[in-house]
Amino acid sequence: MTVDAQPDAGAPKAGSFAERAHLALNDKPLRANFRRAMDGLMAKRAAQFPDAADLAALRARGAAIKERALARLPDLLEQLEARCAENGIRVHWAETTDEANRIVLGIFREHGVKTVVKGKSMVSEEMHLNAFLGEHGIQAIESDLGEYIIQLAGEMPSHIVMPCIHKNKGQIGALFAEHIEGQRYTEDVDELTAAARRVLRDRFAEADAGISGVNFAVAETGTLVLVENEGNGRLSTTLPPLHVAVMGIEKLVETLDDIPPLLALLPRSATGQPITTYVNMITSPRCEGEKDGPREVHLVLLDNGRTRVYADPELRETLRCIRCGACMNHCPVYARVGGHTYDAVYPGPIGKILTPQIAGLDVAGDLPHASSLCNACVEVCPVKIPIADILVRLRREAVRPSASNSVQGAAVKGAGDGWTLSESSVWAGWKWLHANPALYRLGARALALAGNLIPAGVPPLKAWTSVRSKPKFAPRTLHQLARDKGFDDA
Amino acid sequence: MHDSSGTRARILSRLRAAPPSPAPALPDWRAPRFDAPTRLDRFRTMLEAMKAEVHEVDAADWPRRLRTLLDNRGVRAVVHGDGSDAARQLGEAWGADPQAPRLVAYDRAVEQWKGELVHGVDAGVTLAIGGIAETGTLILWPTAAEPRLMSLLPPIHVALVEEDTIRDSFAEVVREQGWAGRMPTNVVLVSGPSKTADIEQTLAFGVHGPKELIVLVLKRAGRTYAAAG
Repeated sequence: MTVDAQPDAGAPKAGSFAERAHLALNDKPLRANFRRAMDGLMAKRAAQFPDAADLAALRARGAAIKERALARLPDLLEQLEARCAENGIRVHWAETTDEANRIVLGIFREHGVKTVVKGKSMVSEEMHLNAFLGEHGIQAIESDLGEYIIQLAGEMPSHIVMPCIHKNKGQIGALFAEHIEGQRYTEDVDELTAAARRVLRDRFAEADAGISGVNFAVAETGTLVLVENEGNGRLSTTLPPLHVAVMGIEKLVETLDDIPPLLALLPRSATGQPITTYVNMITSPRCEGEKDGPREVHLVLLDNGRTRVYADPELRETLRCIRCGACMNHCPVYARVGGHTYDAVYPGPIGKILTPQIAGLDVAGDLPHASSLCNACVEVCPVKIPIADILVRLRREAVRPSASNSVQGAAVKGAGDGWTLSESSVWAGWKWLHANPALYRLGARALALAGNLIPAGVPPLKAWTSVRSKPKFAPRTLHQLARDKGFDDA
Repeated sequence: MHDSSGTRARILSRLRAAPPSPAPALPDWRAPRFDAPTRLDRFRTMLEAMKAEVHEVDAADWPRRLRTLLDNRGVRAVVHGDGSDAARQLGEAWGADPQAPRLVAYDRAVEQWKGELVHGVDAGVTLAIGGIAETGTLILWPTAAEPRLMSLLPPIHVALVEEDTIRDSFAEVVREQGWAGRMPTNVVLVSGPSKTADIEQTLAFGVHGPKELIVLVLKRAGRTYAAAG
C-alpha cells in the first residue's frame, strides 16, 4: 500500500437532510447503486422467510429475548462483568465516546501498540476511533473489505451492514489503482478482492492488536458472539496478541439459549443468508497450553446516551435493535437518497430514531421527518421495534417535550428545540380562532368563499405545492353542511 | 490505567433509576427438525449452496480420499493438529510416501512460526465436533490439539465431521450438549469458505480466510440410518 489510510471522519456536510437529499436525488450513479442493492436485498430476505407463521413465531421470540434483556439490563451487565472477569476478560465502562477512546488508547499504550487491525464495528464508528487513534500515533487498518474501501476513500459507511454499498466496481477499481501499489485499474471483482487480501494479509500478521465490535454478549457465560463472512473478524480477534472489543451496553442477552433464535433472525434479515460464514464465540483469552488466540482480551462497555434512551419505557424499545439493517433495505426514503444523506453513523429508519436520541433533537431533529411513515421498516424489523411510533413521538418531543416520562431531566436530548416562532404563532392563532365562535365562523366562511383564490406560489403554500397539488376549499363549511342536515347546535 | 469505577456506578444507577419495564415470557419457538435420511441431505445441500465441497467417505479411508482431492489442487504442505487421532491417521497413510504433501504439525505457539503459518501452508485439516443440518454448519471447538488458526489461515480448509455428530439445529446442540456450563476459550461455527459481497453484491470467495472448504463426512462401515435413531 502506497498511501496510508485516511481518517474516517468524512467531510462535514452543511445543511439539512432535505438539502442533502436533493443533492443525492440528482446523483444518478448513486441512485442506481442503491436501487440495485436494495432490490436484491429485499428479494433475498423474502426468500429466507417463506413461511409467515414461522417468521411470526421467530420474531416474537427475538423481540421477547431483547425485551427481557432490557428489563434486567443493570443486573445482566453486572453478571456479564463478573463472568468475563472469571474467564479472564477485562471489562471497562465508558459514559462517553471520548472516555471509551481514552480507555482503548490506555490499553494500547500499556502494550506499546503501534498498528491495529480492526473488524467492522458500528460502535467504533460512533467513537470515531480510527481518527482518534491516528491522532495519537496508532494506525488502525479496517480489515472488512467494505470498511477498507471506504477508509481508503476517507468516507463514512453508508449502510450498517454493507458500508460501501454506495460505490460501484468502477469507483472501487479506480480507488485501488490509486492506493494499492502495483494494482492496475480493473472492474473484476475477484481481482479486486484478491488485491485486498494481498494487502491485508500482512497487516493481520504484523498487527500488535485487534479491535472488534460485539453482535451479542451472553450474560450467563460471559461470551462475546461475533458474526461475519470474510474471516477478517476472526483474524483480527485471533492472530494479534491483544484483542479489544467495544460494545454498546444494550447488546446483551440473558442466556446462551437466546443466541440460536437471534442468529436465525440476524443474517436472514440483513443479507438474506441462512447464516453467516463464521459465527465466532469468544469466552476467554488463550488458555494455558493453547497455541493461538490473543493473550489478553478487553471489553469496553459504552453508554454514549443509551442510559438516557433507557430512561423512557417507550423510547427504550429503540435499544432492542440487533443492527441487521433490514429497515434501511426496505425504506423507500433510504433507497432513494442513500446512507450519507443522513450525515450520521446510523442511517435509515433505525438511525432516524437512534441518532436524535443519542446526538440530540437540536442536532438531528430533522431526521425523524425524513420518513413517509409507510411502516415498511416496522413490518420487517426482526425484533419488532415500533419505529414509526417512535418517529412520531420524536417529532412531538421536538416541539413539546413530555414531562411525564422524565426521570432524569428531559427525556430526549435537545427536546423542544424544534418549536419555532412561526409555528407557535400559528398555533396561538389557531387557539384564539377556535375559542371565539364568531371569529371562527367568519374565518371559515371567508376561506370557503375566497380560499381558492390564494395563489399556490405564496410562502406558506409554496413548500407544500412544490411537490403536491394545491388543497381545494369546499364551497360550504362543515358547520353549514351540518345545519343543512338538521343539527341545530352546529 | 483508566479508573472506570465512578463511570460504572453512574451508568448502573441511571439504569436502576429508570421506570421498570415488564420482562415478557419467551413465546414458543422451535428450530426445524429433520428425520435421519434428510438430515445428511440437508447438511450437504446447505453447505454446497455456500460453495463448500462435501464428500461422504468411509471413516477408515479418509486420508486416501483426501490425498486425491489435495493432489488435484497441487497442495504441497498441510497443517494438522498435534497428537490428534486425525494426525495419527494422516501420518500412517502419507508418512512413508515422498510424493505426499508435507505434513506440518501445529506443535508450537503461533508466535514461533507466524510467517510460515501465514504464507507457507496450503491446507489445514481440522476435526469438527459436530455439524448442523439446518444451516449446513460445522462446529469447531478449538483446543491445544486443534488450534483455531488451522481453519482460517491456509487457503484450503479441510473439515472432518463424523456423520453421527450431525444434529438438526444450533438450538438443539447448545441445549442438549449443555454448552452454557462448559464454554471453551473460543468456539466457531463455519458455514462455507470465506466470502464477501462488499463489491456490488457480487460474491467473491477467499477474501481473508480460506478460498475453499472441503468437508469429509466420515461414515462408519455397516452403519444404517435406523441405527442413527
